[in-house]
Amino acid sequence: MSDQSNLPVQEPALVNKAKKANLILVFGILSVLFSIIPLAGIVFAILAFCLFAKNRSARTLMKAEVGKTLAIIGIFVNIIASAIELLFYPLNNPPSWLSVLRSDFLASSFWIDFENNFISEKRYLYIFKGLGVTFEVTFFAVLLGIALGVIVALVRSSYDTLKEEMRGGFGKGLLWFFNKLCGVYLTVIRGTPVVVQLMIIYFVIFASSNNKILVAVLAFGINSGAYVAEIIRGGIMSIDRGQFEAGRSLGFGYVRTMAFIIIPQAFKTVLPALANEFIVLIKETSVSGYVGLQELTKGGDIIRSRTYSAFMPLIAVAIIYLVIVMFFSWLVSLLERRLKNSER
Amino acid sequence: MSADNNVIISVKDLKKYYNDGEVKALDGVTTDIKKGEVVVVIGPSGSGKSTFLRSLNLLERPTGGTITFEGSDIMAPSTDINKLRQKMGMVFQHFNLFPHLTILRNMTIAPMKLNGLSKEDAEKKALSLLERVGLADRAKAYPSQLSGGQKQRIAIVRALAMDPEVMLFDEPTSALDPEMVGEVLDVMKNLAKAGMTMVCVTHEMGFAREVGTRVIFMDCGRIIEENTPEQIFTNPQNERLKSFLQKVL
Ligand SMILES: Nc1ncnc2c1ncn2[C@@H]1O[C@H](COP(=O)(O)OP(=O)(O)O)[C@@H](O)[C@H]1O
Ligand SMILES: [Mg+2]
Repeated sequence: MSDQSNLPVQEPALVNKAKKANLILVFGILSVLFSIIPLAGIVFAILAFCLFAKNRSARTLMKAEVGKTLAIIGIFVNIIASAIELLFYPLNNPPSWLSVLRSDFLASSFWIDFENNFISEKRYLYIFKGLGVTFEVTFFAVLLGIALGVIVALVRSSYDTLKEEMRGGFGKGLLWFFNKLCGVYLTVIRGTPVVVQLMIIYFVIFASSNNKILVAVLAFGINSGAYVAEIIRGGIMSIDRGQFEAGRSLGFGYVRTMAFIIIPQAFKTVLPALANEFIVLIKETSVSGYVGLQELTKGGDIIRSRTYSAFMPLIAVAIIYLVIVMFFSWLVSLLERRLKNSER
Repeated sequence: MSADNNVIISVKDLKKYYNDGEVKALDGVTTDIKKGEVVVVIGPSGSGKSTFLRSLNLLERPTGGTITFEGSDIMAPSTDINKLRQKMGMVFQHFNLFPHLTILRNMTIAPMKLNGLSKEDAEKKALSLLERVGLADRAKAYPSQLSGGQKQRIAIVRALAMDPEVMLFDEPTSALDPEMVGEVLDVMKNLAKAGMTMVCVTHEMGFAREVGTRVIFMDCGRIIEENTPEQIFTNPQNERLKSFLQKVL
């Protein structure tokens, strides 16, 4: 065995590249951590950017990419934190220009509006609690959706593969029945608006229950399951038939071939699409207000109905969705890159 | 009961039709495969060679005829097809290694899950097989890191790890760059010399001559001529075989 003898020696350029990428990552993290201290975070962010701009080769590494994005986040957080501290940090003897600035700000219509919408009567709680509910519903709905989607995808692709192989009889009849059932599920769910499904589940099926979160999780989970099923079925079908035949020819049965050979490969190819489904679902849960669930959008809407000002609460809600979606989209893009790299 | 005791696979009047009989991929194939034989199947493209080979382990379900393996009808409802396939290793034109598993795992997954071998035993066996084909140093690699010739050698030893009684090869060198054909054929030759029963669909006439014990020439879903390599190559009888050999030799 020539195990160790001809391993390529780590090239210095490669080591250097990795070191630079690590440095970018560290500066990125520091820029976020230090954003409480005015301007300190910005210094680290700029350091990270300089390194990122100067080292073309290091850019290809994931760590550098993460570091750069953290630096961008750091700058935003830093600017906001600095502004807040400038305006509100308690000082014994503030310089006169600062006192003027602060009293002007407190008298500005922006601040009055802001205070009225978010601070008085702790109205920000509508936003925070709503955000929590949005995440809770989305998280469990995604789990339910994936569970349903996997089952439906397996039934449908099993039926496609096994209908020729199976001898007639009870098993085949059962599979035929479940396949039809799944077909009906997909048609109905994808053929009707999610809001209508939500209202039917709340007002018709669960008319006696008042657990709105449970209803929302069920509605969005069942809805998402239909889309996830098609994503996963596409993933299973995208796997070369030869993989299936190789598994079977070794002596694995249908179920084990799926479990050991096909599903792991299919899952890898559909992971980004599944993550995207999560992102879509975050936005879709915004219609939960139809059954009176106080999630993020409803929270903003309640504030609007109390203060009679629409701009602040609705824009705030929009910004929060946007930040969340951008963040998760970025994570998905990292994931995609990672999967692509691991294929070679 | 006139059956020769040495017969492992007996094929009688095997038929495989597609599109309600419009395409007759196999149109009545009858032959016996004996222990230790190296049967080489040749014939033009579309003549039914793959269909014949894939029927032997029921990757294709025949439309008619019978196949018996070690005396029992493999299409009988009582036959455990998965058990049967464990005794027939198969090597494909496009290797079909599992890309998400390391070479070692590719070779140990079936022995561990199906034969109940311990991880240790399975790996020991895999490594000794890998050594036989000169790839022991690639045990931890993934298939995508190997050349075509290496992949096919791995595919062969992956099948061997199940201790099959017969090995089926479907054009194992057709997808390879010319310079890699030799390394795969060498492995197959060694296997033949070690006494393995083999059925090989191939266009490598040199291989057929050197290690083949019998050559089957197929056309239009039938066996047209069947003889020793000597006879097939030096004294072909059928016109279609003659013109086929003229094209490939
Ligand atoms: N799934 C299929 N559906 C329809 N026709 C098929 C199918 N598979 C094979 N055939 C036909 O059966 C014939 C034999 O194919 P095959 O066994 O692959 O030939 P070979 O391996 O000798 O090239 C060909 O005419 C081919 O087109
Ligand atoms: Mg073929």
